[in-house]
Amino acid sequence: MSTASILTLYSTYISYGLLFVLGHLRDLCRSIHRAFFAIKDANPPGYAPLCRSYEDFYARRLYHRIQDCFNRPIASAPESWIDVIERESSDNNKTLHRPFKTRRCLNLGSYNYLGFAAADEYCTPRVIESLEKYGASTCASRVDGGTTSLHVELEELVARFVGKPDAMVYGMGFATNSTTLPGLIGKGGLIISDSLNHASIIFGARSSGSKVKVFQHNSPQHLEEVLRENIAEGQPRTHRPWKKIIVVVEGIYSMEGEICRLKEIVQVCKAYKAYVYLDEAHSIGAIGKTGRGVCEHLGVDPADIDVMMGTFTKSFGSSGGYIAGSKDLIAYLKSISPGHMYATAMSPPVAQQVISAMKVIIGEDGTDRGARKLAQVRENSNYFRQELRKMGFEVLGDRDSPVMPIMLYNPAKIPAFSRECLRRNVAVVTVAFPATPLLLARARICISASHTKEDLEQALEVISEVGDLVHIKYFKH
Amino acid sequence: MEVWQSLWEAQLGDAVVFGVRFGGHLIVEVVLAVVIVFLLFQKSYQPASRPLSEKEIDQLVEEWTPEPLHPPVTKEMTPPYPVLESAAGPTVQINGRKVINLSTANYLGFVGDERIKESCNATLLKYGVGACGPRGFYGTIDVHLDLETKIASFLGTSESILYSYGLATAASCIPAFCKRGDIIIADDGVSWGIQNGLHLSRSTIKYFRHNDMGSLEARLKEVRKEDERKKKPLNRRFIVVEAIYQNSGKLAPLGEIVRLKEKYLFRLLVDESNSIGVLGKSGRGISEHFNIPIEKIDIITAAMGTAFASAGGFCTGSAKVVDHQRLSGAGYCFSASLPPFLATASISAIELLEDDPSVLARLHNNIALFHKCLSDVSGIRIGSDTRSPVVLLHLRPSLGSFHADAAYLQTIADEMLEHSVLMSVQKRTALDNCALPAGIRVCISAGHTESDIISATAVLKKVMTSKKQ
Repeated sequence: MSTASILTLYSTYISYGLLFVLGHLRDLCRSIHRAFFAIKDANPPGYAPLCRSYEDFYARRLYHRIQDCFNRPIASAPESWIDVIERESSDNNKTLHRPFKTRRCLNLGSYNYLGFAAADEYCTPRVIESLEKYGASTCASRVDGGTTSLHVELEELVARFVGKPDAMVYGMGFATNSTTLPGLIGKGGLIISDSLNHASIIFGARSSGSKVKVFQHNSPQHLEEVLRENIAEGQPRTHRPWKKIIVVVEGIYSMEGEICRLKEIVQVCKAYKAYVYLDEAHSIGAIGKTGRGVCEHLGVDPADIDVMMGTFTKSFGSSGGYIAGSKDLIAYLKSISPGHMYATAMSPPVAQQVISAMKVIIGEDGTDRGARKLAQVRENSNYFRQELRKMGFEVLGDRDSPVMPIMLYNPAKIPAFSRECLRRNVAVVTVAFPATPLLLARARICISASHTKEDLEQALEVISEVGDLVHIKYFKH
Repeated sequence: MEVWQSLWEAQLGDAVVFGVRFGGHLIVEVVLAVVIVFLLFQKSYQPASRPLSEKEIDQLVEEWTPEPLHPPVTKEMTPPYPVLESAAGPTVQINGRKVINLSTANYLGFVGDERIKESCNATLLKYGVGACGPRGFYGTIDVHLDLETKIASFLGTSESILYSYGLATAASCIPAFCKRGDIIIADDGVSWGIQNGLHLSRSTIKYFRHNDMGSLEARLKEVRKEDERKKKPLNRRFIVVEAIYQNSGKLAPLGEIVRLKEKYLFRLLVDESNSIGVLGKSGRGISEHFNIPIEKIDIITAAMGTAFASAGGFCTGSAKVVDHQRLSGAGYCFSASLPPFLATASISAIELLEDDPSVLARLHNNIALFHKCLSDVSGIRIGSDTRSPVVLLHLRPSLGSFHADAAYLQTIADEMLEHSVLMSVQKRTALDNCALPAGIRVCISAGHTESDIISATAVLKKVMTSKKQ
């Protein structure tokens, strides 16, 4: 929870209020202009507009003003230094053009925790070999002739890595959640999800047809209250007992940098007979002494977690996701999950990248690069966070977490921070509504094992300079 | 005057209440009236609800027994599926043997193509494998922008948007444009991805009988009648169809659908996963095939894991359609972007198709040959269209249910594999609402030689005859 001063909160409210009022005034002017000059509506007569005016109000009046801070294209691998393509606009940011100017920037935005993003000495030759042998894609679903020996090897390796009897893989991390949850639970079931869970979990929960309740972020006490209340009440209206209850939490919350209080949550779930579904999208490979994720970090036995989910995008430099659990659970999911039965199988080179990256992390490549990378990312994260806090920034997130949001609050500071950092060759990510609550805009830093000490020093210098310029050192004494 | 006087005096007369005399019964009546009005405005009596005590909740918690997380696993849930040991091209290696591959949607034969592999190689060396971020946060690589431009210019639309997963394309696109209160009329044989999108949109969904234009028109008329009856504000309306249906191989009669959509003022969304790179003189899809200007289709979605021998999906249409999805398409905003080398694979596939459209002629010759060879097989009927590269073989006569047919067809497919031909039976998950009959889904490729097709069909005929005996 942030501890912003009253002045900050009020000024943020007023800023947004001003933006909304101005936006509506401009909409009014636009409709008067159209009526006056009898401009034909883009819609043919008899058709409702494709987007209702309030749906894209946010896009037109707020987002477009600062459009250049998002969706920045790059012309290089997403490693620690990137070539950001500078876009220009001639109509006040409504459209952005792409000339061939690039700027070499320090990358503090990509999910590259262990530094596998670009070509790697162990992984890339093997990936190229697999491309040669299997082609870029299998063009079939896993059950229809899309399973190669790489997929089988990958699933065994993932199960071993995570500490579960069996695992299955999907080609997209988002779809892992959105096609697994409907298979696990349906009408008559209850999903209790953390209030800050990712959109993929919300999608999956909605697709499943079960009821969804929310508990206060990372609060085992509130989870217990919600469980007690719902088990006692039963299903709404009929009061029949719930068929089953699944509690969904994440390992590291990507917008907060916080690590889940897994031990207490697992205890609560055991006491109330609820199943635990853990989404380790950001924590697998990034925390824990040997990179096995939040279970290792907090000392929780993987056997206590019923369904473990994770993605390969962040720490393994690849793409896709996995589900790990008991042999029977995986066999059942393989027979019902639409992501497994209908979607094109994971591309073989993508699978090979994960296999190779995992082997490096475990140490099966014959070197200690994996252990060094893990130690490096931990050291980098703790150093960076400590230094930022010393400078007076409000930084969220727990110790050892490589994700650190810096609070901005005011909407005007979002583009200011982003553009000033880019001018000084540091590429940062700023996040605002709707990914975060309206008042809590922030800049999110993702530290990588491939950032050197010099990189971090340079970043700190630039952020400090920009922080002074933009007045976000809220905790300066 | 006297009347008024007497009336006035009457008001001030005495009232008798329960034997007690009161001076001025007007006062009493006023008080009574006030009491009546007060009682009328009182809420009716409701016994106070007692919340459950902690002890009672503890008891309920102890009594409650949840179902197991998943039902017991049966043998039919875990059939073995073939494991490929080489690229999924027109022939593939399984268990050390070379097998004719009729199971992967490699329609143009580009899987394992040397030129595509070369461009992927270069991309892998330059960009690595993953894009390490969603499109909004430095996950937009220049090859993504190149592919979006390429698709738009290939199809003749203004813009296009990429998704990193074929299944998520329709499921993200439909909810971006349709919300509660809108109306969607969809074919009842659409695939799961579209069904998921329809469910998530929370709009009113009406289904029409699979590929039946009469049924579609009946639904449209229903909607129009309701309009005239209810007079609600104008909402968004869509017709959702697939160009070549994944579940049946039938071709949608686009001319008729466009005529209906214009008559009843609906917008049209077509999923071209199986028709892009297949139909039309130059492979531009169903609109080129039927000679209909592509602007008549409002939204086109397609998966790239078919003719383009890549992965992911795209959506294309007018600039407004594409722009809106950049903020509202869930699969675009909240998911990591497509690995760059897969984008390059798609670009190369499109370029190969543009340079040499004769690959289309080879594909259609193979399809025609396959149909011809199976024209005299008993026990099997072909349910798909003669131009569809997805050929559905159904049992004739059917055994009555989807499961019975599927189980029997699986025995046929298993025997085919023993004779070195890989074919797959359509699988359907319990979450799928499609009710079309079971079948073996054969995917014809331009990479198959004529002898591949002839020998595969010969083996099928042999297996069917031996099964009858």
